[in-house]
Amino acid sequence: MTPWLRRLGPLAGLGLVVLLFAALRPGQFATSGNLEIMLLQTAVVATAALGMTLVIASGGIDLSVGAQIALATVTLATLLARGWSPAAALLATVAGGAACGCLIGGLVTGLRLPPFIVTLGMWGGLRGLAKGLAGETMVVAPTTWLNDLLTALPPDRRWLLVPPGVWLTILLAVAVAVLLQATRLGRHILATGSNESTSRLCGVSVDRTKLMVYALASALAAVAGVLQYAYLTVGDPTTALGMELDIIAAVVIGGASLSGGRGSVAGTLVGAMIMTAVANGCTKLDLPNWVQEIVTGVIIVSAVALDRFRRDDD
Amino acid sequence: MRGVRKSFGATAALAGVDLRVAGGEVLALVGENGAGKSTLMKVLAGVVRPDAGAMLLDGRPYEPRSPRDARAAGVAMIHQELALAPHLTVADNILLGVEPTRAGFIRTAASREAARAALGQLGRADISPDAVVAGLSIADRQVVEIARAVAVGCRVLVLDEPTSSLTSEDVRHLEALVKRLRGQGHAIVFISHVLEEVRSFADRVTVIRDGATVGGGAVGSLSNAQIVEWMVGRAVTELYPRSPRTPGAAVLEISGVAGRRLPESASLVLHRGEVLGIAGLVGAGRTELVRAVFGLDPVRRGTVRVAAETGAAAPARRWAQGVGMVSEDRKAEGLALNLSIADNLTLSRLGGLGPAGLVLAGRQAAASRRWIEPLQIKCHDVSQPVAALSGGNQQKVAVARLLHHDVDVLLLDEPTRGIDVGAKARIYALIDELATQGRAVLLVSSHVPELLGVCDRVAVMCRGRLGPARPVGEIDEHSLMQEAIGHG
Repeated sequence: MTPWLRRLGPLAGLGLVVLLFAALRPGQFATSGNLEIMLLQTAVVATAALGMTLVIASGGIDLSVGAQIALATVTLATLLARGWSPAAALLATVAGGAACGCLIGGLVTGLRLPPFIVTLGMWGGLRGLAKGLAGETMVVAPTTWLNDLLTALPPDRRWLLVPPGVWLTILLAVAVAVLLQATRLGRHILATGSNESTSRLCGVSVDRTKLMVYALASALAAVAGVLQYAYLTVGDPTTALGMELDIIAAVVIGGASLSGGRGSVAGTLVGAMIMTAVANGCTKLDLPNWVQEIVTGVIIVSAVALDRFRRDDD
Repeated sequence: MRGVRKSFGATAALAGVDLRVAGGEVLALVGENGAGKSTLMKVLAGVVRPDAGAMLLDGRPYEPRSPRDARAAGVAMIHQELALAPHLTVADNILLGVEPTRAGFIRTAASREAARAALGQLGRADISPDAVVAGLSIADRQVVEIARAVAVGCRVLVLDEPTSSLTSEDVRHLEALVKRLRGQGHAIVFISHVLEEVRSFADRVTVIRDGATVGGGAVGSLSNAQIVEWMVGRAVTELYPRSPRTPGAAVLEISGVAGRRLPESASLVLHRGEVLGIAGLVGAGRTELVRAVFGLDPVRRGTVRVAAETGAAAPARRWAQGVGMVSEDRKAEGLALNLSIADNLTLSRLGGLGPAGLVLAGRQAAASRRWIEPLQIKCHDVSQPVAALSGGNQQKVAVARLLHHDVDVLLLDEPTRGIDVGAKARIYALIDELATQGRAVLLVSSHVPELLGVCDRVAVMCRGRLGPARPVGEIDEHSLMQEAIGHG
């Protein structure tokens, strides 16, 4: 099978899911209004999944993205409440995310700890930090243009086609795709994930590469946090609980290998869309939550099993 | 004496192979990678069934449907990658699947006795049946695996490249063991790439190429040149070509270098236009020396000078200085197996493959394709993952990385280990070309004929200390081994 066909695998899956729901609920699922809603619902997971793609491609994992997203909503809301301008608050939040990433990367490379352990610690630590910062409650902030990032477009701005937050995700996706596929850092990330010893032998600075990966991934998680804030309109330290698993699932459905060396931004986006489409479609079918959860579980396992199967075919 | 006979004939991968081995005989089976040896072994072990042809065991038809069938019929396969349960004891492993039981409980004493008997039959009663396999050396694990076959009464043993991960000392022990089994009337098929071993182990040799038997005979009646010619299908005029070359300026000077544990002390001067060999036993510290020089391991003491620069340096700095290294462990370190040929080949030097730090896939592929033809790398395209290539072609990719980087100094650690004769010949010719161009090559090898054939000078490392480098004209295999074991 050609690499092209392989890349189309997840896309075919998405098409199948969409067709299925469109046939079961004609006139309700495949409408432009519902499409916009699905894009809104996907933006947060997809943005964070971009960073996770880098982490997983480098052979790592980040279990703390959910906590990082919550921390970002709290940071942003707190700064806005203190009268910071939206732009400054946004930049500071993203910088704070990058700092979290540097801490993770520093622990992974400096103490030679497995990323699973480091980010399991961060999963609790950062969540606690968010709660402490927020005083264990929601942080209310004045309404700014940031709140418009992820709301359905008003009629006078229909020319934008999709809400600005979705555009932000798309732009970041293009940037991360170029980074991963066509830059030296991207090659170094894939090589480190595929075989760390070989990378070291070839003069790749493995530690610096990993540090960059975690810093970028956490900065992207903070952007996802900004979008989550726009969605919620408050800073919530308990938001995005368990979202790290949705994010990892999106990356894996998209064809990345958890053992590293393989990852695709386009695949990740499709993976994230599949997750949303399933959740949204099940709601449209009036299926209870527990059915949705079972269906999602089945999809994750079968997507990866199919991928393995196609690969063994070669 | 029970005669064991087999004849094969299958299509495609095997286009008519004839093979016979008698009890009390060692048959060497040789052929390049891809010649059909592994398919042949699968047929023999019952993993694959032949489309045509007949196999006879003791004159009766032999048609195994599974490895279990084959074993029950008395045919055992000892694979290169040993199939032992590392956490279990020697006795548990030897009797795995055939444990003596009473009412469902294992009779520990009986199984220990059976294991001891099997090991005794191999002359290795020194291995305790109660030892845990994980604590044994590779060589002893191999003995356990052979004991497992002997314990269930196998009469035909197939050893698939059994010496590839053994030290030369262990190879001699294995040779004694194989001869002992031969004396007991076993029929042994011995697969190897190393002609010297074929000579010392086997009575007869059969050569296969492109899935068919192309020649064979009693080992004593055949020359190496004849065997190699059968293997590659043409006369190889000179396995070790050597163009006239004159050493130039010193490019790499190592003085008194000590690593974390090994080496203890190593000094040498490598000149342009020179191939300098490092001989020694496995574990003498040769790999550690190369790694320390290349900056993969720390230098505890001493200096490394490359051209005009002195001091220890990380691999990135060494590459920038024009020094490249091929790792002895192709799979774990040398190559990222699931990445493409192009990615592996260009990883050390991605610059210049696109504007502004970008790496364009097209340029990367073009830069990689340049090396496919001169190195005769057999592949469909440079976008193929390296894992899809044969061992010899993988190694050529690892070497091509140094050519892509255009290095002046090549540190090659066991570059021909486990690869077929054709690929070896290509790498020897390449080393000669590079040295003739004025590049410097440091070659670590455990294969003495290779060192004597390729190098200008050879130094011997013994227990962490590197001896003086001597011109190959002044040394022979015997003196080299004497020095390697510390009787120099």
